[in-house]
Amino acid sequence: MTLNRRDFLKISGAGAAAALTGCATTPSVARGHVVVVGAGFGGATCAKYLRQWGPNLDVTLIEPNDKFISCPISNWVLGGMRTMKDITHGYDNLPKHGIKMVKDYVVAIDTAKRTLKTRGGATISYDRLVLSPGIEILTDTVKGFKEAEAAGKVVHAWKAGPQTALLRRQLEAMPNGGTFVMSVPAAPYRCPPGPYERTCMVANYFKKAKPRSKIILLDGNPDVVSKKPLFTDAWNTLYPGMVEYRPNNAPVAVNGKTMIVTTEFDDVKGSVLNVVPRQRAGEACAMAGVRNDSAGNWCTVNLATFESTTVPNVHIIGDSILASLPKSGHMATNHAKVCAAAIVELLAGRQPDPSPVIANTCYSATSSTTSGYVANVYRYEEGKGYVSQPEGGATPKGDELNFAYNESWAKNIWANVLG
Amino acid sequence: MNKKNITLLLAGVAGLSLSGIAGAADRHTQTIAATCMTCHGPGGHSLGAAPSLAGLEKSYFVQTMKDFKSGARPASIMKRHASGYTEAEFEAMGAYFASLK
Repeated sequence: MTLNRRDFLKISGAGAAAALTGCATTPSVARGHVVVVGAGFGGATCAKYLRQWGPNLDVTLIEPNDKFISCPISNWVLGGMRTMKDITHGYDNLPKHGIKMVKDYVVAIDTAKRTLKTRGGATISYDRLVLSPGIEILTDTVKGFKEAEAAGKVVHAWKAGPQTALLRRQLEAMPNGGTFVMSVPAAPYRCPPGPYERTCMVANYFKKAKPRSKIILLDGNPDVVSKKPLFTDAWNTLYPGMVEYRPNNAPVAVNGKTMIVTTEFDDVKGSVLNVVPRQRAGEACAMAGVRNDSAGNWCTVNLATFESTTVPNVHIIGDSILASLPKSGHMATNHAKVCAAAIVELLAGRQPDPSPVIANTCYSATSSTTSGYVANVYRYEEGKGYVSQPEGGATPKGDELNFAYNESWAKNIWANVLG
Repeated sequence: MNKKNITLLLAGVAGLSLSGIAGAADRHTQTIAATCMTCHGPGGHSLGAAPSLAGLEKSYFVQTMKDFKSGARPASIMKRHASGYTEAEFEAMGAYFASLK
């Protein structure tokens, strides 16, 4: 929201009247209880900045997991370049910022009473609620996936964790000459370049360890969604003949016994299957009634404050929102900062920044020594949302310098989120 | 609306007129600087190949960003970033990073 001249005069007049009556002589300080749900890239960052910019705020961060496992760099684990230990980090530093950590699941949210309930039986009230639950994977949208997943035969590995480790073991056990079949969901989905980076990381591993093997990428989109020149260059020059790309090939079914993925066109047999189903905003968003886009999948927010367009005092950040912004961990941390700044201003009775600016920086590795990036600055304009600024874009070819920056990026973002 | 609420409302509105605009401007800079730190390290102290920004001289920071934007200084990713900000934002960011120890 921007102030027009008439609003400004109204406020000035009221302010002057208030000052004359002696109601306000000191700047107001943000006070209240902010509860953040989910300690991933978005939630942990938001909690930290709420405390930094609003030192009088009470901040509670609710997260069921013991450890933070990073999705960025998890493709490197699949390629054998990193281990699960490298992408797993503790939450030990967050309480030092004055954040109250609650290790629990949220099971119900009452936005009228401004309370939520946890599985452990606690009822927690809030002045402002920040939901950063990440994604829910729609496993029902691919027939047979749930059964194959429960049997440990087929995983998505689209939330870094045990499935990442299992997929790596499957790739290690695959014979030389086998076929790795991966599917990409129709956009929007978490991490647009992720499937294509994963293809490169597996190809990099095959090239060294199992050179007669093949990769078939079944894309539910009409073309490569992100960094197309970068990835097609890598497939053609680094892994010639290894990667077969099939656009418009969304899987409709998967069978973990016969190891076949069925698309609208044909059956594709593989030695290792990695099916990534479509996604929607995390479950906590449904509990708060803020999955409010036309399909009921994602959350629409005021992008200057990240407050829900329909439920007051509830903010949503990260992959769960509907916006013309990439669903990346990096973006989630920057939603978190704009959201934290807005909440601090609102709880101090002030107007939030009407024109925040955020940026995305996303590196993808194309081999164990090369990476490329996409980078954009987005400037908020009322009525338009975040407008991508000139000169944003991606590298056409991976190189060693950007691999060094890719590694640097991971160290710095993890330290920012968790340090 | 009771008397207490009216008082709170007036106090809030007065806060906006007295300090709200300046507060939002500072927060604008702080938020942008915080987004820089995602790659350049917490508090502007990098743990990797990206350079640290904390304690840089303001004039050096501003000139470097202008040179990235114009292309006078060749860059990998920084032309794409620098092009998204105004010179006033370079000045404000430069003053902020210079103030960090």
